[in-house]
Amino acid sequence: MTPELKQRIADLIAQDKIFVFMKGAKLMPQCGFSNTVVQIFNTLGVSYSTFDVLSDPEIRQGIKEYSSWPTIPQVYINGKFIGGCDIMIAEYESGELQQKVEVALAS
Amino acid sequence: MVDLKQVESLIKAKLPDAQVTVEDLTGGGDHLQATVISAAFTDKSLVQQHQLVYGALQAELASEAIHALALKTSAPQN
Repeated sequence: MTPELKQRIADLIAQDKIFVFMKGAKLMPQCGFSNTVVQIFNTLGVSYSTFDVLSDPEIRQGIKEYSSWPTIPQVYINGKFIGGCDIMIAEYESGELQQKVEVALAS
Repeated sequence: MVDLKQVESLIKAKLPDAQVTVEDLTGGGDHLQATVISAAFTDKSLVQQHQLVYGALQAELASEAIHALALKTSAPQN
């Protein structure tokens, strides 16, 4: 990965406390897994930003390497990689996600 | 399209003690679900646990032979 691409990704993640790399847009997810993550954050009623990886092949490949994570969606909270769809579901059910979100938004 | 047995053995090659169950969620062979229980997961975060499993299947995921892999991971209960 080029330093420029790495910096682009870092800049995106720094844009918001909750940042989601997904397929499609928030209002029209293009993949069931991306949709699940959007629904979770909508249910929590928190503000978050997204990036549509289908719009940018460089980011689509680069983010996999950046996070050491082979699939989309990917969620970052306060600059830290939190996981993909399965982990969002597991941590939403356990209440851990709500905690992480509260801490992030209060910081 | 991958063979479920092949997925199971790739995971076991990386995590020899693991109990692995692989299911095909759609019948299309590319949306899979794997349940993995291994002592290697003890004291690791879910992200780290999933990264271990993804590491075993890197080539298959990169080529999109596996498009989606739902993962359930845990350490064995004592």
